[in-house]
Amino acid sequence: MTDETVIAIEHVTKRFGAFVAVDDADFGIRRGEFFSMLGPSGCGKTTTLRMIAGFEQPSEGAIRLVGEDVSRVPPYKRNVNTVFQQYALFPHLSVSANVAFGLQSKKVPKADIARRVDEMLAVVRLADFGARKPAQLSGGQQQRVALARALVNYPSALLLDEPLGALDLKLRQTMQLELKRIQREVGITFVFVTHDQEEALTMSDRIAVMNEGRVEQIGTPEEIYHQPASEFVAGFIGMANLLPATMENVDGARATAVLPDGTAVSAAAVEGLTRGDPATFMIRPERMQLQVGTSEGISAEVVDLVFQGPLIRFELKTAQGCPIVAHVGPDENLPLLRPGDRVQITWDADGGRLLRRHEQMAASTAVPN
Amino acid sequence: MIERDDQGRKRATIAPWLLQGPGIVFLIVFFFFPLYTLGRMALSARASRFSDPVFSWHWDNFSSAFSKYGDQFTRSFLYAAAATLLALVIAYPLAYVIAFRGGRFKNVLLGLVVVPFFTNFLIRTLAWKTILGDQGTVVSVLRGVGILGSSGTLLRTPLAVIGGLTYNFLPFMVLPVYVALEKIDPRLVDAARDLYSDTWRAFRKVVFPLSLPGVFAGSLLVFIPAAGDFVNAYYLGNTNNSMIGNVVQNQFLVQVDYPVAAALSFVFMAIVMVIVIAYARVLGTEDLV
Repeated sequence: MTDETVIAIEHVTKRFGAFVAVDDADFGIRRGEFFSMLGPSGCGKTTTLRMIAGFEQPSEGAIRLVGEDVSRVPPYKRNVNTVFQQYALFPHLSVSANVAFGLQSKKVPKADIARRVDEMLAVVRLADFGARKPAQLSGGQQQRVALARALVNYPSALLLDEPLGALDLKLRQTMQLELKRIQREVGITFVFVTHDQEEALTMSDRIAVMNEGRVEQIGTPEEIYHQPASEFVAGFIGMANLLPATMENVDGARATAVLPDGTAVSAAAVEGLTRGDPATFMIRPERMQLQVGTSEGISAEVVDLVFQGPLIRFELKTAQGCPIVAHVGPDENLPLLRPGDRVQITWDADGGRLLRRHEQMAASTAVPN
Repeated sequence: MIERDDQGRKRATIAPWLLQGPGIVFLIVFFFFPLYTLGRMALSARASRFSDPVFSWHWDNFSSAFSKYGDQFTRSFLYAAAATLLALVIAYPLAYVIAFRGGRFKNVLLGLVVVPFFTNFLIRTLAWKTILGDQGTVVSVLRGVGILGSSGTLLRTPLAVIGGLTYNFLPFMVLPVYVALEKIDPRLVDAARDLYSDTWRAFRKVVFPLSLPGVFAGSLLVFIPAAGDFVNAYYLGNTNNSMIGNVVQNQFLVQVDYPVAAALSFVFMAIVMVIVIAYARVLGTEDLV
């Protein structure tokens, strides 16, 4: 992987009437990387993908493909290919004919077409299925035909629009690994759209988290997970406890804030947040430790606890009524706790993060499952 | 438990018969039996012009059907083929626009296609007689711009007959083609465009092949009744371009020569069947999803 940008999204805004589907998206996708656009439905990720493919045109801004402005270029003149949500295989054509479709459009010599189709069917492990019709294949096989049909054209980038959504869980997990393998094998840039955070974390080199048309954060899965840039990202990727806080001291790269119960917390400073500003303190359930008989950390009451095999999931409540979820591993020496018991919640110095407070997320926590 | 299971199984074996029963009875009473009497009639002979036909393996009716009415047969199938082609040319773009661009007006537009046909078939055909009449506006305009000669006519020409057939059977083309096009997933067109096809190639390689079942059904629904029609040729044509329907009508109702009329009907059926099978082969309809 190099840092060369294959797809540049330059201040792109897309409006449908008064509705802003994509709001000033500005980022680049590098050659050979597995790039995911992640967000809830309606966040603008599919619209962004369709603009890269050429099915939609940006209302503002430009899209560059290998340096060239393609904002007004129709899809059939762009060297990108799409794997559609429901595959959109041509039902009247055989698997081979489906895969050959793009090459025939481009008037590639017949002998080359046959060779490349065979090669690509081998890559997706469907070498013996060329003569079948799509209806005679399973969902996973259809998925791989859709991949082969796109990849056989050696596109500058492959665009995947929730391609695993129609598969059952087991097959989806297999296909995730399969997709990674194929991507490594062909070395083509993959742009993957999904609403499934686990899928994005598993496969991506980098992820763009989108919400309500805006790109909230772009980073590696680790960065997104451990250093979320906003409350939305923290809540959307994995579980997060979000506690209201007020900024205290900012000292270079570190800052301290105070929780409603008076506990001082310390974390990396946030640009633009100074003493007295409202903030949100975020901490992942698995970064917390529970202790009894100390005065350290936040004190809370056990509301419920569930044994989940590798961990115990605690549902807790602070004195101010903020719900908190903590995951505790089996190695921690905890006395037997029951609902109603009081515990102290602690964490490592770099376990939590301070975030800018989002007005609409004024509620103290957001814990999606 | 076991008993009930057995009963259930028995019911499962009778159910298909019960469901098919009415259809089978209908076919026997209203198709096979009439076909049988028609066949007997076609092989009957009349001793004189006024006596009743008597079954006598009289194959002459068939040979005279060919020898005397060959022209009318050829004309019928040529006119019907022309009308089918014209109907397809008119109906396809219409159905295409309704299916892909109709939006929420789809049903209204489809209704508009069908509404004129609430008027009686005969009245509509007679209306064309007036429209195409020698004194009518259409003819005088066409004469004025020189498309028709100063004494040129439209009525009583093959063109008028084919036009009438096309008009009268058009909805039978529009509806099946529309249904076939409507079923096509628009994402398939996106996929074709994504795979370097311009709109025209996407149409040729994806939309049109997938609409073939509709084209096939529509063609049959237009071609078969058009080939057997006598109303259009009767009102819009002249005696020199009458169709096989006119001959059958004349033999049955005017000459009262039932055996010849029956033989003509049989020959007509046989030819239609051959054409339909050949057509299905050409379109490869069996292969289509």
